[in-house]
Amino acid sequence: MTTAVTAVHTSRADTGPLIEGATGKWEVIVGMEVHAQVLSKAKLFSGASAEFGADPNEHVSFVDAAMPGMLPVINKYCVEQAVKTGLGLKAAINHRSIFDRKNYFYPDLPAGYQISQYKHPVVGEGVVIVDLPGGKSISVGIERLHLEQDAGKSLHDQHPDQSFVDLNRAGVALMEIVSRPDLRSSEEAAAYLKKLRAILRYLGTCDGNMEEGSMRADVNVSVRKPGEPLGTRCEIKNVNSMRFVAQAVDYEARRQIDVIEGGGKINQETRLFDSKKGETRSMRSKEEAHDYRYFPDPDLLPLELEDAWVQRIKGSLPELPDDKKDRFMRDYGLSLYDAGVLISERESADFFEAVAKGRDAKLAANWVINELFGRLNKEDKSIGESPVSAEAMGAIVSLISDGTISGKIAKDVFEIAWSEGGDPAAIVEKRGLKQVTDMGAIEAAVDEVIAANPQKVEQAKAKPTLAGWFVGQVMKATGGKANPQAVNDLVKKKLGV
Amino acid sequence: MSDLTSLTIADAREGLRKKSFSARELTEAHIKAVEKARALNCFVTETPEIALKGAEEADKRIAAGSARALEGIPLGIKDLFCTKGVLTTAGSHILDGFQPPYESTVTRNLFDAGVVMLGKLNMDEFAMGSSNETSYHKPVINPWRRKGSNTPLVPGGSSGGSAASVAGRLVLGATGTDTGGSIRQPAAVTGIVGIKPTYGRCSRWGIVAFASSLDQAGPMARTVRDCAILMKTMASHDPMDSTSVDLPVPDYEAAMTGDIKGLKVGIPKEYRIDGMPPEIEELWQKGIQWLKDAGATMVDVSLPHTKYALPAYYIVAPAEASSNLARYDGVRFGLRVPGKDIISMYENTRAAGFGREVQRRVLIGTYVLSAGYYDAYYLKAQKLRTLIARDFEDAYKKCDVLLTPATPGPAFGIAEKTDDPIAMYLNDVFTVTVNLAGLPGISVPAGLNREGLPLGLQLIGKAFDEATLFRVGEVLEKAAGPLPRPTPWWEV
Amino acid sequence: MSVDKNTVKRVARLARIALPEERLAPMADELNAILKWVEQLNEVDTSKVEPMTSVVKVSLKMRDDVVTDGERAGDVVKNAPLGEDNYFAVPKVVE
Repeated sequence: MTTAVTAVHTSRADTGPLIEGATGKWEVIVGMEVHAQVLSKAKLFSGASAEFGADPNEHVSFVDAAMPGMLPVINKYCVEQAVKTGLGLKAAINHRSIFDRKNYFYPDLPAGYQISQYKHPVVGEGVVIVDLPGGKSISVGIERLHLEQDAGKSLHDQHPDQSFVDLNRAGVALMEIVSRPDLRSSEEAAAYLKKLRAILRYLGTCDGNMEEGSMRADVNVSVRKPGEPLGTRCEIKNVNSMRFVAQAVDYEARRQIDVIEGGGKINQETRLFDSKKGETRSMRSKEEAHDYRYFPDPDLLPLELEDAWVQRIKGSLPELPDDKKDRFMRDYGLSLYDAGVLISERESADFFEAVAKGRDAKLAANWVINELFGRLNKEDKSIGESPVSAEAMGAIVSLISDGTISGKIAKDVFEIAWSEGGDPAAIVEKRGLKQVTDMGAIEAAVDEVIAANPQKVEQAKAKPTLAGWFVGQVMKATGGKANPQAVNDLVKKKLGV
Repeated sequence: MSDLTSLTIADAREGLRKKSFSARELTEAHIKAVEKARALNCFVTETPEIALKGAEEADKRIAAGSARALEGIPLGIKDLFCTKGVLTTAGSHILDGFQPPYESTVTRNLFDAGVVMLGKLNMDEFAMGSSNETSYHKPVINPWRRKGSNTPLVPGGSSGGSAASVAGRLVLGATGTDTGGSIRQPAAVTGIVGIKPTYGRCSRWGIVAFASSLDQAGPMARTVRDCAILMKTMASHDPMDSTSVDLPVPDYEAAMTGDIKGLKVGIPKEYRIDGMPPEIEELWQKGIQWLKDAGATMVDVSLPHTKYALPAYYIVAPAEASSNLARYDGVRFGLRVPGKDIISMYENTRAAGFGREVQRRVLIGTYVLSAGYYDAYYLKAQKLRTLIARDFEDAYKKCDVLLTPATPGPAFGIAEKTDDPIAMYLNDVFTVTVNLAGLPGISVPAGLNREGLPLGLQLIGKAFDEATLFRVGEVLEKAAGPLPRPTPWWEV
Repeated sequence: MSVDKNTVKRVARLARIALPEERLAPMADELNAILKWVEQLNEVDTSKVEPMTSVVKVSLKMRDDVVTDGERAGDVVKNAPLGEDNYFAVPKVVE
């Protein structure tokens, strides 16, 4: 769905990373139109189910099939979700917006028009802050958010000379979120999409499932020599993962540079991303010049929102990623990086907070990020699927903090908890992993190591750093359970270093 | 029993209640009349079996003492209303074979009140026309003829089948729809009563859309009271139509007190148009006198943007129609004409399925919405609508209701105006302003002209004040006296 | 503003109505007559006038998010000229 009003003014003043071409350096300019399916039970203008996956044309009302005389009635919940999302994007809410018809013929568009919002969208300008690796943040301008209907689906591979049309998706509520062309690289584009997805998921307005198509991105790409006006853009459709967004931008930027440097001209067109080949190609079906003949849908009246209602929605907003990140840094003393990792999903942040509650937050963050997330990534599991609960993770952190176990032993405990389950305190108890804090026992072990290595003792007296070797030997002798700090102190004392 | 077809709805209702005759007798008399009148071509589909079944149910209910408001009343339904399981064509080839799996809200309201459906009535294709000549099912013939002439005349349009069947005593009443005058103009030239209610009063759900911001359903019958009776049942708030208004529907019959003393009637000077036949002016003066005699006061008012109503209408209506008619693409219902690919299938289907007038309007509508022309045409026309609506608001500061002629002339001959679209469009010059402003308007028969053809007067009311139209309409009706019945030359 | 044969062709294409070559010129004449007639609206200064967006002065009704419809594919495809397995069928579309 080519957007109604595509942003053409970038709000970025800085120059992004540059791409080397035959004639010099190029800058890539990216803007995105993201279609996010509203998490609603019923469709935007009909009472049919919006649920994914059903037999052909079962989630279809006569309104969705554009039968003669059928009329749209708007779903209040969908409006509420759009407003909520707008507020989450720190955007202006338009208290009066208008639904327009966008007219074109296509078999999966039964009425011959899509109900969308053109000149007066429900949400106006907003902003998304995107943190990039390396600590840099960029502000990506949001041009608008509007509500519109999804189209149906055409299946082209069921019959040699027919396409089959299924209208189950026709009329499902979408929010089209249009960014300004404020992105300057494939990494920025992917990071923006990731952040936008996080915001939508925090708000609960869209599940962000790109595989099932409940979040889809059309990517507008153009290139220019730094400092020059914006070049002609191409719109790439059907980009349904973060990775593909990055691939599509890189491929398309290179293609455009090659065309221009080869003496050619970029035509404004719609291109399709072929994820198998990792390339973009011109869309035949979209070749014909469109003239959508937008006009206000006479079956609907202007959408007027009461301020009290908008304020009520505002009051019900959850804490959003940016606020959570700031709070994590402020209240828990976390680094920007750690806070950023923890807040990327609401579930991760909640998990962390459960672990950190009443405990050493920095230690908790360390363990959640390095041990747990590392392990989850390795096994391709989500936080919801973690075999180690937040409670268990918290118990491990407590055991380290109060000196019951060392960090090294804690890794073993985590491993056991991960693969076998169980309460970490019980694991420690049962397997005798408790740190030895009995000074007499430690002293005996130290004495033994010193007595057995007179030569090393002499060397250590000359070169105090060798004390570490003794510490290691003592730890080995105690099966790692001795308190490393206590061992260290004793060894130094006995060696007189 | 042929006199049963000459009853008013009010009389039939009374007769059924008193069991003077049965619903079956009443229905059979009408079925017979319909069969004998095929020369008028009023019906696209006759549904005698459905009618008889309905009559049987009505008789049972009457016997059980549980008769509903319109129990056993035989009506015709304009073919623009979707009727469940019954062919609905909107007068177009493109809806060939279409049997809606749903019932329009207005017809459901009627059937739920006990109405018996005699069939689906012919009309201009997609309600685009003022003479019923654009119908794919051939024109409807007006029961009225000029004195001493056999020239077939048009019944007006687009609700031509509705008007002719009511005037010809084939049905007791009919549903119509009015986008620019499609109830009032045919009512006027066939000597019956027709009211276009305020926009939003009757649900549009299940009525094949022509121009969504102008379309409104309404009743057509032989008396003002009959229209009031039908209107009470047809009107409702419908949650399935976003433009349907949540207001109580008054008891219109009770509003017909016959008392209009002190009522202020506005006479808009702009309706005295250039080239208006003297008989129309005379008729208007008669109407003014009748209302004065009944105690009303006349007030001169001005509706300065009246002359721009028709041109504005011929931008807005085709624009909306071009979009509303996009769904007729040969994919989900109706006609399909094959082509070498999907686009040529669309083009062939729509070329074969739409008649000339519909094609012309779809093209005009497409053009005025296309890139670069929207502001000049569509936006301009919608601004004119604001001015036209404002004219009425200003006028209603000085009066309660407006009196105008209903049409610029009587019924004309078949094929007399088909070559000149604009001349045809001018038939709606007095009615179209009302649609643009969303107001109610009623056409009431006011006598015959020198050639023996009926003419009508129009009353225009304030928004949602249909009650006043019925009250004043009945006063006009009484003063004008009953029209003679057209000679049934068509009976075989 | 005047419409020529090419414009009629373009508009007919947009409206998906096949118009044979011989009908283009007469249609252009018909459309021009209508357009010329409607252009009398230009006599009116509307620079300070808002376009009408709703005929009735009420705000848009909204419905609750409840599934009340669907699960009747048979009725949905019943009138289709061509179809299979509750799908609508159209000539093959190339994307």
